[in-house]
Amino acid sequence: MPLIKKDGAVFWIPRDSKKQLVIWFGWFIGLMLVYLSWRSISANTLWVFAADAPEQLGLMLMRMFPPKIAYMNKLWKPLWDTLNIATLGTVLGIIFAVPVAFLAASNTTPSVRFVRPFAMLILVSSRSVNSLIWALLLVTIVGPGILAGIIAIALRSVGFVGKLLYEAIEEIDHAQLEAVTATGAASAQVFSYGVVPQIMPAFAGISLYRWDINIRESTILGYVGAGGIGLNLSSSLSVLAWSQVSVILLSVLVTVVASEWISAKIRKMLI
Amino acid sequence: MPLIQTAGGVRWKKKNLIANPYLRIVIVFSAVIYLALALSSVDVNWARVQEGMGRGLAFLGSFLRPDFFSRWDEIFDGILESLTMTAVATAAGIILSVPVGVGAAGNIAPFPVYFLCRSVIAASRTFPEVIIAIFFVAMFGFGALAGMLTLMFATIGFMAKLLAEDIEDADPVQTEAIRSTGAGFFQILTWSIQPQVMPRLIGLSVYRLDINFRESAVIGIVGAGGIGATLNTSIDRYEYDTTAAILIVIIMIVMLAEYMSGIIRKRLQ
Repeated sequence: MPLIKKDGAVFWIPRDSKKQLVIWFGWFIGLMLVYLSWRSISANTLWVFAADAPEQLGLMLMRMFPPKIAYMNKLWKPLWDTLNIATLGTVLGIIFAVPVAFLAASNTTPSVRFVRPFAMLILVSSRSVNSLIWALLLVTIVGPGILAGIIAIALRSVGFVGKLLYEAIEEIDHAQLEAVTATGAASAQVFSYGVVPQIMPAFAGISLYRWDINIRESTILGYVGAGGIGLNLSSSLSVLAWSQVSVILLSVLVTVVASEWISAKIRKMLI
Repeated sequence: MPLIQTAGGVRWKKKNLIANPYLRIVIVFSAVIYLALALSSVDVNWARVQEGMGRGLAFLGSFLRPDFFSRWDEIFDGILESLTMTAVATAAGIILSVPVGVGAAGNIAPFPVYFLCRSVIAASRTFPEVIIAIFFVAMFGFGALAGMLTLMFATIGFMAKLLAEDIEDADPVQTEAIRSTGAGFFQILTWSIQPQVMPRLIGLSVYRLDINFRESAVIGIVGAGGIGATLNTSIDRYEYDTTAAILIVIIMIVMLAEYMSGIIRKRLQ
């Protein structure tokens, strides 16, 4: 730890001056980038429209209250669809993700040089593209409806589940594999008695976590036509039925909070 | 370890994930019923799917010959706008998340502040970014400003929650040591809490930068600026070659960001 002497007293400083300079330079570059970015956003903004935002917010809230509770009767089916999109999408995503995760983990992949990069590419591509973009594409391919939503959620989940799962596979304890191998087990037996029990808790946790996220994501897929409650949101917004919008938002809120509560409960049960 | 006595000796049985057998049966049974109900409510128009398959194959094929050139200007502007939105929103969001996160840490904040900050976090985490974007677009008009504010709001919720949890997990012995020197609240923050949470905070900031860029590609669909608008148009026009080009650019940037964040996080440890 560098100490400096000043006016007869000794001060303690966390870093020496050369390191400090490098850090300040990094900050300078970062701040310049942010400043230039902000300037370009600000130049492209019509401040006349932005200036009356508080007024707009007030108007919006006024139109949203009181919520049109009767509209709730039309929301049960879309909510059920939303739940199905999230759940079936998660299941489908897991089915795709498990083999990819085993191909991506450096200790189970058949070839580190050829298969692993390919599996990694699948995982990154899936995570880079938001489910709403997948949904946009799928609506033009399989048509509007919840099938497009399910596939979109599944395609998006592959990357997330696959990445966390392959990291869990790479962390398994090899002593256990050796123990199972030492009993004379075949490779399939080593797999099911040595590998699977070790990754099962992580797998359950990851799947549950993704399901929770997917509930949230599936609420908006309808916005581009992929079924669920987002469909009602977009149609209510387009006719400016704000009192319906507030009911939809409330039901989304309740659904998300409920799914979070359920997944927390189950997770506690598993661990 | 469950062992079973049989005529041939003692057999070992694999341990189940859920130990209680009744609970296990109930869960499996209800899962099967739910799946049957859910699958039956998916109505698929197979004729439409068949019709769309050609388009699907065309889309996959277009990844082999992405068209970067015919709409390069729009792609470039969109990506640049996404990047500027990401940069400002991440920086501002992180700065604002620090007070919210400190306020949301149960071990150092008084209850009213704790409650207020937790409400902010809950509000920003419940709704997907796109819904928040719809409202910001209605308030601030179309364009990057609404998108930036959306991402900023989402960043506050994300960072503040993790920061608060980190502070709650921080080692109280160190805080005690600093307090015994006669330090006030802000001195405790800078000399005890901050050094403990900083490495993880930087790692998470880089991660959030990555998330914000990905989200910035989406909120353009509802008019909040960025590459999303260009992407939406290209899909609507069935210009899959351009769509593929945009997606490839996004994937490349995300891969680059991930690679960089890996390096940064490795250097921190």
